[in-house]
Amino acid sequence: MIVLENVSKAFETEDRTVEAVRDVNLKIERGEVYGIIGFSGAGKSTLVRCVNLLERPTAGRVYVDGVELTGLPERELRRARKKIGMIFQQFNLFASRTVAQNIAYPLKYGGLSKRRIADRVQELLSLVGLEDKERDYPSQLSGGQKQRVAIARALANDPGILLCDEATSSLDPQTTLSILKLLKDLNVKLGITIVVITHEMQVVKEICDRVAVMENGSIVEEGDVFSVFADPKKQITRDFIDTTSNLSKIYALIARNASIVQLKPGECIVRLKYLEKNVSEALVSTISRRFNIDANIIFGDIELLGDAPIGGLIFIMSGNGEDIDGALAFLRNKNVGVEVILDAGGGAGASERPDAQRDVEVAGVFQVHS
Amino acid sequence: MPNVMSKWPVFFRSIAETLVMVGCSGALAFVLGLFFGIVVTVTKKGGVMQHTTVYQALDKVVNFFRSIPFIILLAGLIPLTRWIMGSAIGVKGAIVPLVFGTTPFFTRQIESALAEVDRGVVEAAQSMGSGPIEIVFRVYLKESLAGIARGTTITAINLIGLSAMAGAVGAGGLGDFAIRYGHQRNQLDVTYVTVLTLVLIVNVIQFLGVTVARRNSH
Repeated sequence: MIVLENVSKAFETEDRTVEAVRDVNLKIERGEVYGIIGFSGAGKSTLVRCVNLLERPTAGRVYVDGVELTGLPERELRRARKKIGMIFQQFNLFASRTVAQNIAYPLKYGGLSKRRIADRVQELLSLVGLEDKERDYPSQLSGGQKQRVAIARALANDPGILLCDEATSSLDPQTTLSILKLLKDLNVKLGITIVVITHEMQVVKEICDRVAVMENGSIVEEGDVFSVFADPKKQITRDFIDTTSNLSKIYALIARNASIVQLKPGECIVRLKYLEKNVSEALVSTISRRFNIDANIIFGDIELLGDAPIGGLIFIMSGNGEDIDGALAFLRNKNVGVEVILDAGGGAGASERPDAQRDVEVAGVFQVHS
Repeated sequence: MPNVMSKWPVFFRSIAETLVMVGCSGALAFVLGLFFGIVVTVTKKGGVMQHTTVYQALDKVVNFFRSIPFIILLAGLIPLTRWIMGSAIGVKGAIVPLVFGTTPFFTRQIESALAEVDRGVVEAAQSMGSGPIEIVFRVYLKESLAGIARGTTITAINLIGLSAMAGAVGAGGLGDFAIRYGHQRNQLDVTYVTVLTLVLIVNVIQFLGVTVARRNSH
């Protein structure tokens, strides 16, 4: 278990002080995969280095498995670090050592015989699926293979925690997936706690149980991945969701008045968002039938997070005003997020195009989460 | 080559003198330069044993000795040389100034070789629980072997050049041989043979250096 208590880290430069991490409180349970997401410069890499004290916090305390690392003398801190593995974006392998020698590096001085070290290296190689690469040098490996070696090396001393600092950020999408899968497998097989630092939404979606969103050195939002992403409270979290969702394209379409969003009287554009894990009802067909309206789905973005669908739909509802109001009320009752993005108005003569920009703002005000 | 033929014993003695001077002062400068190069690297800002005072002091001393032309160093160090070696002339007298002339240069060579070691790799070693001493030996020195070999080659060849000036304190050597006979007595064949010998020595050193560097680059 990792506990950060009021951790801050400031860097002094010539003319000013940069507060990279500000008063962070965090609790990461044993065996979970915990994501810390933020744009570059948010302080997440500094924060993760505060866990193994590669960066010593300027204030606050760090506990790992009940031991206060911030209170340990240098020598014992080094011993504690052997039980906290870490991997990096740039892999940081020793170029002058073979794969096997890289993995054996942290095992030296650990009291193991040469024979035992060799056996352990073999074990780790097969754990990461690189049995045939032991004699290769890092320069002969692909990015994904390098990261596998780095993972094996980080796991050499059986750590209870693995810190991943942008571990997949320099890999292609397919390799990223295979490394994430390996991490998830290790989490399940070894019960190791994994802390993942990333700026990629996909990484969090793929393997994390809980997530913290970081901005300007602070954690602005935290919780289990589904609730944070189903119902984001902060703008930055929405920005991250938008990076992997196309639902916000609707605003761009409206802004340039694309033909698909040109409404006839009695129509409105609605955005539905799933807020709870148990949405399985046929909502769209229900409202069509019950309120006698047409629902024309423009586009949608629904995917699985764990085993629950997350995302939403954008559709045009047309019908008479009362029916539309009724349908909206029905949806809100069903615990889905409903947002009327653009409304052409019900009455005749509403064919005049309303100002799109103003309506976007209005939609923001009327946004309803039930 | 009538002149050289008549001087074989002096010629071979000169080669031996050069090799002794270069060998002794080179070995000393290697150890000292390696040590200072490591100290400069680890005490630098952001180094694994950051220590501003030590860094600043060493940095200044290295620059100070690097600014002094060797021929002046040779003369200026005479009292110190006499105190250390008991004599300020001959091969013995040349070794101290050669060490002073070479160590600062080699320190910079080591510093730049170690600077090639990626900060991230050092960080990875720290994350695995390595302390500063372990990082010096198992990361810095191991990872920069090729760079150190290259720096050593450059320094050794430089040192041969410097040793030619040691004739000024009566240390003999190939440089002295060439000046005394080739230049002062206008025996051109002496100069040519000396130059060829130096070319040969330099090539052997270069070859060794390149081989070591290549074997340690992966």
